[in-house]
Amino acid sequence: MIIQVLGSGCPTCEKLFKLTKQAVEELKLDTEVEYVTDVRKIVAMGLMQSPVLAIDGKPALVGFVPDVKKVKETIIKNIP
Amino acid sequence: MFAPLQALADWLTYGVFRIAPQTLLASAVNFFIFDTTKIFVLLAVIIFAVSLIRSFLPAEKVRKILARKRVYVGNILASLLGIVTPFCSCSAIPLFLGFVEAGVPLGVTFSFLVASPMINEVALVMLLGLFGWSIALIYIGSGLVIAVVSGIAIGKLKPEKLVEPFVFEHTLSASYEGVTMTWRDRRQYALRYTADILKKVWLYVLIGVGVGAWIHGYVPMDFLARYAGPGKWYAVPLAVLIGIPLYSNAAGVIPLVSALTEKGVAMGTTLAFMMSVTALSLPEFMILKKVMKPKLILIFAGIVGIGIIFIGYLFNAIL
Repeated sequence: MIIQVLGSGCPTCEKLFKLTKQAVEELKLDTEVEYVTDVRKIVAMGLMQSPVLAIDGKPALVGFVPDVKKVKETIIKNIP
Repeated sequence: MFAPLQALADWLTYGVFRIAPQTLLASAVNFFIFDTTKIFVLLAVIIFAVSLIRSFLPAEKVRKILARKRVYVGNILASLLGIVTPFCSCSAIPLFLGFVEAGVPLGVTFSFLVASPMINEVALVMLLGLFGWSIALIYIGSGLVIAVVSGIAIGKLKPEKLVEPFVFEHTLSASYEGVTMTWRDRRQYALRYTADILKKVWLYVLIGVGVGAWIHGYVPMDFLARYAGPGKWYAVPLAVLIGIPLYSNAAGVIPLVSALTEKGVAMGTTLAFMMSVTALSLPEFMILKKVMKPKLILIFAGIVGIGIIFIGYLFNAIL
């Protein structure tokens, strides 16, 4: 699975990136978290808010930074 | 409504700190405790409520509503939606691109870009807590008028050629219907958002109200009327200029101007200053440079600035 955090590089986006890395580590998943700062990628997904947590190219969390528990839940829900 | 907070302030000032009543110090300390507690209570309650509403109205939904609207109705709607939508300068670019790609007219997009930061919940809470209902409503009303009119004006100028060409390359491929949120998610989102804002502004509130309390207690009444009273024509444009670089400090600036108003600064000048602090922001202009030519940013700032100055003069004349 591909896990991406998309954002414009603002502090909020970086926070989500850190949380997601932490979640992946705690879940012991064998995948890297990619940090995308090209805003056009966000727009192409049909979105207008940052940050975005995308799993396999689909937006899973949009526009806010949740806690680590929610990030983990979201990842688990989207494991194929 | 705030009687318990006044009682708390009285008890702390006279009972705990044992400051003699009727002294300047007592009045300043009492004012400080009452105002800060009142503002924190208002901030917590109102921001929580606004962010709950907001969780039902993500920007993608707003865009869907605006995409089918033309000028006038579109401008009014965009300005109204701008009130409840969050605006963080880090979302300015995706918002702008997303609106334009979905076919929202540029003028309508600008109405949204003006209203969204100008009428924000922090500024509203500060106005409500320090100036009362009527000034808060005047602020919302004038803000809406400025957003609608400047959006229409910019639209009439046909600014398409002043926008970076890549904005019109259609990259929009997916349509996004929103992640389904449960009530637990919404509550969590609202709580987190409220905590984030409080964390960001508490120090500014304390400093702003602190300096305000000092001015309230120690600066003579009408001290500033000579320099910034209603009769001084230069006060309004000067206030707008000073407001431009002060964006992130709206929480600290409003308690200060509230104290200055009491000392003789005219109400219209104060309103113009606060609008300039929230609506015209240097960091936002820098970010917008990625998608539009500097000339368009100047036009945008110019039109909004003139609107704010007009509002300032208007309320100096009638309040």
